[in-house]
Amino acid sequence: MNLIDVIGPVMIGPSSSHTAGAARLGLLAASILGSQPVKAELFLHGSFAETHKGHGTDLALIAGLMGWAPDDERIPESFEYAKNAGLDFCFQKIDLGTATHPNTVLFKLTANSGRECEIVGSSIGGGQVLVSEIDGFPVELSGRLPALITNHEDKPGIISVVSTLLANMSVNIATMRVFRTNKGGLASMVIECDNAIDSCVLNAIGSIPAIRSIRFVDKVL
Amino acid sequence: MKKDKLSLLRLIEESQQQDCSFQDFLLQYNAKELETTPEKLLAQMKAMLKVMRGSIDYGLTGVKSRSNLTGGDAKKLLAASGNERFVGILGEKAFDAVVYAMAVGECNAAMGRIVAAPTAGASGVLPGVFFSLAKHYNLSDDELAKGLVVAGTIGMVIGTRASLAGATGGCQAECGSAGAMAAGAAVSMLGGNAEQVGTAVAIVFKNILGLVCDPVAGLVEVPCIKRNGACALQALLAAELSLAGITSFINCDEAIDAMKEVGDLLPCALRETAGGGLALSPSALAWAKKYFAQGKE
Repeated sequence: MNLIDVIGPVMIGPSSSHTAGAARLGLLAASILGSQPVKAELFLHGSFAETHKGHGTDLALIAGLMGWAPDDERIPESFEYAKNAGLDFCFQKIDLGTATHPNTVLFKLTANSGRECEIVGSSIGGGQVLVSEIDGFPVELSGRLPALITNHEDKPGIISVVSTLLANMSVNIATMRVFRTNKGGLASMVIECDNAIDSCVLNAIGSIPAIRSIRFVDKVL
Repeated sequence: MKKDKLSLLRLIEESQQQDCSFQDFLLQYNAKELETTPEKLLAQMKAMLKVMRGSIDYGLTGVKSRSNLTGGDAKKLLAASGNERFVGILGEKAFDAVVYAMAVGECNAAMGRIVAAPTAGASGVLPGVFFSLAKHYNLSDDELAKGLVVAGTIGMVIGTRASLAGATGGCQAECGSAGAMAAGAAVSMLGGNAEQVGTAVAIVFKNILGLVCDPVAGLVEVPCIKRNGACALQALLAAELSLAGITSFINCDEAIDAMKEVGDLLPCALRETAGGGLALSPSALAWAKKYFAQGKE
């Protein structure tokens, strides 16, 4: 904890977890989708479902999907902006079970290209967030650093190839986590880096045969 | 992030071995921690002060919250002071601190822009104390920015030894901590020494220990907005006592640790879950029932 953590951040009220965190979850979700969505179904769980209106959680989530930061003064009017921008959105309640964090949202997003994505994320306190699932795949993504997310075949050597490639391009890895569905099946890497990653790095990793897909998700904190 | 606990007593001692004021010592200390220069850090603090000033102004327009439960009280209070039948129990400095603190609380509840210092729910206390003192003691932007560094450092100590979150420690950890931060900063800005800063911090915690977080319907409105005003007053009281040379039998680190102990003993129902206290009073339950029914439409 440093001085800037205590004196800040600047944000739209009233709640760091229900408003600022919600905006960040929207930002992360749009970043994972790869573009601003044209259709968004949002399923609110727990405390998000109960008190979202009073805390402006719904407004902040949509603001985030539009790419706005948690201190954007347009957040209270985000619904009108979204409608004008052609974003078709709706909210529903959902019960994701007692093991799920009370401030959790499930996004079902569609991009203009037709690309679809399902993302589960939680606001875990003080405006901090954690994305725990992308398209049914377990991940851990905090949005504190720029990140790479792969989908790849679970076989020996992939992690080493990717990390060597990043090292050769002077990208320093801050954290790295590997997830998989079953041994030898599909796996996923979440690599948080100290600096932004340009498209030539992405293309190089994407051209590795065992890599099914790769996406870059910028930091939101 | 440092794993060892910060100690306000140790920072006070270290500053006494240096040939500079407590606030200048803390400015150097934080600039080093953040790998920046004191000048840049002060500029960042001034930017935060500007946002705080904006929150006061927005709150004083009389905005209502989105739930329509609160709003307009800061404006009402300020307007009352212009009335010839105004009683005016508080002196002007205390009165202005309460008006400003509540204005920021109302700005926050109405989805206005605030500095979460230390949190959104307790964001009114520092602006209340700072801008009242600025007005009545002609404090410069530099003096206020250095005061904010003192406040923030106290907050870092509280955050590492205890907590700044209502969900963890109750309202004593949010508005209470904000009061302690504001009290220490007030002492520093008004010429008190390092030890007096620590005393003011200890006094605030001694006076607010046990304050629970029991918001009506879980919203940051009742009792949060008035409590921001109340904790701004607590800060001024503690600063006054300390500047008068009164000491505290319990030192600042011990008072912060006691706040953590009490927070750990608080049941979950009194830590931001709206499961106890004011949140379960009949008026609160009746309002919440209507409010949640609207949400289901």
